[in-house]
Amino acid sequence: MSLSEAFPLLVLAVSLGTGVVIFFLAERRHRLRSALNLGGATLKLVLVGVMLWGVFGQQHYETRYELLPGIDFALRADALGMLFITLSAVLWLLTTLYAIGYLEGSPHRSRFFGFFSLCITATTGIALAGNLLTFFLFYELLTLSTYPLVVHRGTDKALHAGKIYLAYTQAGGAVLLVGIAWLYSLAGNVEFTQGGVLSQFPPGHHAALATIFVLLIAGLGVKAALVPLHGWLPAAMAAPAPVSALLHAVAVVKAGAFGIVRVVYNVYGIEFAADLGLLVPLAIVACVTILYGSLRALVQDDLKKRLAFSTVSQVSYIIVGVAVFGPIGTIGGLVHLVHQGIMKVTLFFCAGNLAETLGVHHVSEMNGVGRRMPWTMAAFTVAAFGLIGVPPMAGFISKWYLGLGALAAHMPWVLGVLVASSLLNAAYLLPILHAAWFKPQEGPWPVETPRGRFETDWRLLGPPLVTALLTVGAGLLAAMPFSPLDWAKLIAAREYLR
Amino acid sequence: MAGMQAFVGVDTLPWLIALPLIFASASFLLGPRAARAIAPAGLVIGLLAAVVLAWQVAAGGSQRQALGGWAPPLGIELYADGLTALMLLMTAVVVLPVGLYARVYFERQPGVAGFWPLTWFLIGAMNALYLSADIFNLYVTLELLGLAAVGLIILTGGVQTIAAGMRYLLAALAGSLLYLLGVALLYGAHGTLAIALLAPLLAPAPYAGLAAALMVVGLLVKSALFPLHFWLPPAHGGAAAPVSALLSALVIKASFYLLLRLWLDLFGTISTAAAGQLLGWLGAAAILWGSVLALRQEKLKMLVAYSTVAQIGYLFLLFPLVTHTGAGAATSALAGGVMQALSHAAAKSAMFLAVGNMILSSARDDIASIDGLSARHPTSLFAFAMAGVSLMGLPPSGGFVAKWLLLQAALVAGQWWWIGVIIGGGLLTAAYVLQVLRCAFMPAPRGKIFQPVPRTLEFSALALAVVSLALGFVATGPLALLTGHRS
Repeated sequence: MSLSEAFPLLVLAVSLGTGVVIFFLAERRHRLRSALNLGGATLKLVLVGVMLWGVFGQQHYETRYELLPGIDFALRADALGMLFITLSAVLWLLTTLYAIGYLEGSPHRSRFFGFFSLCITATTGIALAGNLLTFFLFYELLTLSTYPLVVHRGTDKALHAGKIYLAYTQAGGAVLLVGIAWLYSLAGNVEFTQGGVLSQFPPGHHAALATIFVLLIAGLGVKAALVPLHGWLPAAMAAPAPVSALLHAVAVVKAGAFGIVRVVYNVYGIEFAADLGLLVPLAIVACVTILYGSLRALVQDDLKKRLAFSTVSQVSYIIVGVAVFGPIGTIGGLVHLVHQGIMKVTLFFCAGNLAETLGVHHVSEMNGVGRRMPWTMAAFTVAAFGLIGVPPMAGFISKWYLGLGALAAHMPWVLGVLVASSLLNAAYLLPILHAAWFKPQEGPWPVETPRGRFETDWRLLGPPLVTALLTVGAGLLAAMPFSPLDWAKLIAAREYLR
Repeated sequence: MAGMQAFVGVDTLPWLIALPLIFASASFLLGPRAARAIAPAGLVIGLLAAVVLAWQVAAGGSQRQALGGWAPPLGIELYADGLTALMLLMTAVVVLPVGLYARVYFERQPGVAGFWPLTWFLIGAMNALYLSADIFNLYVTLELLGLAAVGLIILTGGVQTIAAGMRYLLAALAGSLLYLLGVALLYGAHGTLAIALLAPLLAPAPYAGLAAALMVVGLLVKSALFPLHFWLPPAHGGAAAPVSALLSALVIKASFYLLLRLWLDLFGTISTAAAGQLLGWLGAAAILWGSVLALRQEKLKMLVAYSTVAQIGYLFLLFPLVTHTGAGAATSALAGGVMQALSHAAAKSAMFLAVGNMILSSARDDIASIDGLSARHPTSLFAFAMAGVSLMGLPPSGGFVAKWLLLQAALVAGQWWWIGVIIGGGLLTAAYVLQVLRCAFMPAPRGKIFQPVPRTLEFSALALAVVSLALGFVATGPLALLTGHRS
């Protein structure tokens, strides 16, 4: 086995190994556990960096193993997978640091970080999966490894959230499995290929392929929180803040959206999917989701719930980018995969800081909070402006390309949806900023627990500041090589200019 | 592999039967302490013998051996093909950790002196059944197996399981009697009992149909297929944990294997698509009924026992898909059914052992009493969860491979209705497995005392759970053995 064959497996093994060691670590070995966590995450980032450079230079990384006669387990690094894996590796390191600070002094940390690592292992596998079956394998592993995190606190609310989470994701997984099994029975081993693999099928199979497409998207749409399959996401906000970050930005919803990207581009092929007439319905579902999520976010007083509905809306930007035919829309969708991640993780980090330091859980309790926690709220503000799409933040770049892509694909109504959604984003985010910065504090904070020298523990403060900087950087430096936009352009070029 | 060349000429077949019987006698004669001491060695040798046989079949094709040099129809012949080798291997792999578990579990219960002789006897009967090639010897081994199983239930379960054990005994006797009637009919008509000689003689005729129906129904009783499962939950739920593991994981599979063997090798000319469909629908009903009842149980072991009722149903989904369908569908279906048997053996034994640990620790048997267990016994809970993953058919696990192959068979054969059954059963399984996990994740009430559980017990359960998941990665090996070496 050469190095380039072993590399994807190595990247996977780093996270898995970290997780397994941590599971068997005694509860009180806090320092060792933190060192392992951060060391593993850093090592992984380095390996991903090396692989990123290699993929840029057209280096081929592939691990292959026969799972069943004629069906392979395949891990392969391509440009699209690298986009996702890089995002998750960067956010993973930051989220781990955050989680170490967040969970200080709480019980069952070995269990928590063990599953945390397992969860990122699954995400890595999803990004590197070379065919649909391998993808499914890790997709289900992700469901299983996030469940213990969602119910980590063991409260009735957490257990209830876990039940809803599993009910949705198991049902989605079952539908996905039917779609995949059906596709395999028609087409054999379905490898992810640039431009798709199904276009050579005779027209007699087209009805079946369209049905399979619906099954696949419905299965993946549960994790991507497409309306009406989104119900688990707001319910899961009972989980601790680092887990919310994982669900909303790093792993779970991203896995669903990424799967849809894979199915459209690398299984069906964008042109074949358009020929089958599948893209317009997908665009409509995504647009409905965008508007519905934003409208529901407007009326939530619970901060995390408001952010959760915002995620429902924002993830579908990626789907819109996929569903409008043409390279510009593709760029917009793919770049938003990264941008949504860094912006939303910032917001959830900040929400966690408010809850942990001041006991603030609701928007109505946030008056004057900017004065008490200026750094946290500054990061929050940057990310909120980003989501709204104010230049020069990352979100502006996404919306710009999505809008142009919609016009190029002769779908002007999509542009209308984008504009309406931006207005709604402003309507549910700006009042928060207004209350935090301009309204005076009313009475004492609900539960104030000072943490450390700064406004809160440095491990809680550092990660959102870094991701806020990334939000600005991804927008300002979008034209630089290896920026998310640059990489999305590379993928689009490889996808359309075959 | 070069070292394996030395085994080419070894007569493994009779040894696989003789070895457990020698250990049974030794355990009986030398007493419980010595029995406990020699058990690990015997289990390891048994595993080695099964591995050697599997290798011989893989390298040299199916093996036949006439005992005493008398060929059938006069003498007794032993026969092993890929399917046989897999079943023997399954038995050996499961009994090793279960045996190690039982050594510790029964350490403080000197009253169960009969455990080792009976267990060895059980293993010998199972191995003999897998290796038999004529329908009367199969009857004898089936009967011996049933008696050993009833003995183990009553011996280890205490007074309250005597009724369950007797019910099991009656069901087992009724099942064997029906089977024996079928055997008599066939012997009367053709004068031979060897499957290989009988198969070409069989043609559609009323007596043959009746004989086949009697034998099949008899075996359905023994396999506890819905609606003939009534005896199973109290018997499997009432026995001691390691005995439950043996019964649910292995004993059930013996009668299923026999049915499969007859269906494929003997009834090929007289089986009808409708009969296959009927078996499939009974399987579907078992999945639904077993899962729903598992969901409604309040006792841990009863939940796991009803889960067995449901999982047996999956085994029978292979019959409609192998009967008069194309070669592609039939190959997938057979592979799927056998993978289900193998992965269920590992997963269910892991689950019974893990549940045994939970009960030892909290000293109670109801699901609600395990709150806080996730913090105190993560290893046992993890074993339970991993076994659950395999039973649900989620990847990566043997259960997933089984489900995938059955799905493919259903799609290729155009029998799409089984897809709903397979998927729906998986979701129901998830629901009852989750019920246990959910309770285990709840915080323990203040002052709750957990008894310590020896490490051997926890790691035996974990080892079997790992096997059930690992089957998902190494499935090509067993499948090559199965499909490459059918007579």
